[in-house]
Amino acid sequence: MLETIAYSIFNGVLYGTLLFMMSSGLTLIFGMMGVLNFAHASFYMLGAYFAYTLGLTTGFWLALILAPIAVGAMGALVERYGLRRVHQYGHVPELLFTFGLAYVIEELVALFWGTVPVPYKAPAVMNTTAFTMFDLDYSWFKVFILLVAVVMFVGLWLLLMKTRAGQVIQAALSRPDMVGALGHNVPLVFTLVFAFGCALAGLGGVVGGIQFVTDPGMAFMMGPIVFVVVVLGGLGSVPGALVASLIIGILQTFFLSINFSLAETIGTLNIEDSGFFGVLWHMEATRIAPVLPFLLLVLTLIFRPRGIFGKREA
Amino acid sequence: MLHNKKTGRFAGIMIGLSMAFSSATYAQEDPIRISYIDPLSGPFALAGDGGLKSFHFAAQKLNEDGGILGRDIEIVPMDSKQSASEAVQLVQRSADEGINFVTQGNGSNVAAAIIEAIERNNRRNKDNKMLYLNYAAVDPALTNELCSFYHFRFDAASDIKLEALTNYMKDQEDISKIFLVNMDYSHGHFISERMAELVDERLPHAEIVGDVLHPVGKVRDFSPYVSRIQQSGADTVVSGNWGIDLALLVRAIDSAGLDVNVYTYYGGAGGVPAGIGPRGEGILRQVTEWHADVNVDEGLEDYEKWFQEFKKQYPQFDWYYHRIYNQMYMLKAAIEEVGNTDDVDAIALALEGMKFESPTGTVTMRAKDHQILQPMYISVMDTNAKYDAENSGVGFRTVASIPVEQATVETSCNMARP
Repeated sequence: MLETIAYSIFNGVLYGTLLFMMSSGLTLIFGMMGVLNFAHASFYMLGAYFAYTLGLTTGFWLALILAPIAVGAMGALVERYGLRRVHQYGHVPELLFTFGLAYVIEELVALFWGTVPVPYKAPAVMNTTAFTMFDLDYSWFKVFILLVAVVMFVGLWLLLMKTRAGQVIQAALSRPDMVGALGHNVPLVFTLVFAFGCALAGLGGVVGGIQFVTDPGMAFMMGPIVFVVVVLGGLGSVPGALVASLIIGILQTFFLSINFSLAETIGTLNIEDSGFFGVLWHMEATRIAPVLPFLLLVLTLIFRPRGIFGKREA
Repeated sequence: MLHNKKTGRFAGIMIGLSMAFSSATYAQEDPIRISYIDPLSGPFALAGDGGLKSFHFAAQKLNEDGGILGRDIEIVPMDSKQSASEAVQLVQRSADEGINFVTQGNGSNVAAAIIEAIERNNRRNKDNKMLYLNYAAVDPALTNELCSFYHFRFDAASDIKLEALTNYMKDQEDISKIFLVNMDYSHGHFISERMAELVDERLPHAEIVGDVLHPVGKVRDFSPYVSRIQQSGADTVVSGNWGIDLALLVRAIDSAGLDVNVYTYYGGAGGVPAGIGPRGEGILRQVTEWHADVNVDEGLEDYEKWFQEFKKQYPQFDWYYHRIYNQMYMLKAAIEEVGNTDDVDAIALALEGMKFESPTGTVTMRAKDHQILQPMYISVMDTNAKYDAENSGVGFRTVASIPVEQATVETSCNMARP
């Protein structure tokens, strides 16, 4: 049991940090601009594909930096020439715009790179074993994921809390008129925030594309879970996104790792494996695990709509 | 108003002209059309796309050799979006367009719906009957409880694959603990249940130490499953997973450094080799009716050329569906025996019991249930294979050939014949 718990915590943290990389940009964009970006996971996918393509010529390490910048640039274009025009019509058109954009990006990726997954790999040195825990190997790449996530979180926090730019950003969100009157270019701030959020998703993709599989379905696969993280953590809260990512990561890993059902633990009590209650009684934990994040989403919205650290209601 | 009238007249003339034109070309070329009903958009598009390209290529090769009865073959792609109800509508559309042959492969639930739709059409529409050629849907029910005179399966059914697999495994003394990882729907449920029976019957030296079902296409992180495999002490994993679910599973196993053999149905296509790459070497095994290096091992030069030409035409894909080769040539033989494409009953009777000399050996379309019986291969991922799969740098090497007799399962089918 100890083994399972230690293992779940460690693996859960690993998975959670990946979730955080994807969701931090989304929560930032929402918190700052009020835009619920449905295409966020598509920027994550673009990050992976850009890193793969750039990596072919520049090598992985340079691509690690260049790909998020390229994704950020795309994000800036989308904000400047798409979102800003739609913005004046309110939130629903914005939502529909990003919704459509997600499909457009997916199809474009399939057109350019094909539907077969691309062979996007970590440099060989990262595939060597860093340490072994309970007979399972952990590669340097996993350590690297943790590292990137930590750097990302600390960097974000410092940027928002300790720099002048961060203060202008925060001010521009709550009192845009005032910030404008003080001579700051508010629309530019918005563009930069959106671009930065997309770049964060791109960085998540650079790492996630290696950990998972880089194919046109990867955005579709990641999309829903990222929203769960953002709602659970509190819309707009970066620390919230981190905590929520870790909670979901650990909880899900734990449920998948244990062999547990009420019937096995307490006894079948002559309850048959049929009917609503019987099925629940015999349900194995592994089959519940995939529902958990979404159950959390629903419960959060009912009982604490602003999430763990959120300041406003979802 | 005048304007409208003119437009109407103009449109009428154009429609008339185009109809005359199209019927004229139709009579001139008169190809034999086959509806290809599979997902061409959405998350399963990759699978549907690979199948479509294989059919296009096989049709093109047949056409170069004079087609069937001197007529060209035309594959008509129809997007099922992996939905059974959509597929039923497409069967209806094929009937409306006078297409006699339907082929499909992705999803046994879709296959069952197509069988029903075709049975219905053939009952009501006796002058325009249809035939369903199934190239990949493997649910055993399709040739047992649900079997139909108008359905022919060219892929080995799931129970046959397990039969071949366990016939190989029973001689492997080092297999002692088996873990089952499958997708949580009928396909995975069947493997989980049937494998338990087969291990009991046939593998006295082995036991099943774990059996998990996971949701289809939703798991991103397979490491918890890997930890369970490791804790169970398993040396062998059997999985009916396909696509991303298989790629992620094998990657997680490799990344944790677990020393197990993973036996699969679909390790050789659908984005799996590309998704795993050389990391699957020595781990991933598959049971299939053919793989690219069979051509090399058995000196099948013509077929090797076929494989190479396909690669040249579709560099992203590989010729993977040997069964499509069998299917197209067997259909050709049946139609040419009958002499026309309209007498569907006669074509079905000609296909029934047909023996065909495939490059891999004799294959037989069993008359009783319309299930093909063919030799099978068990192969393992190997970077030294001559041909890699999906440009991944890693291909497959045969570890065992399973003769037809060991890849055969009895059927309970009792079909109604015309």
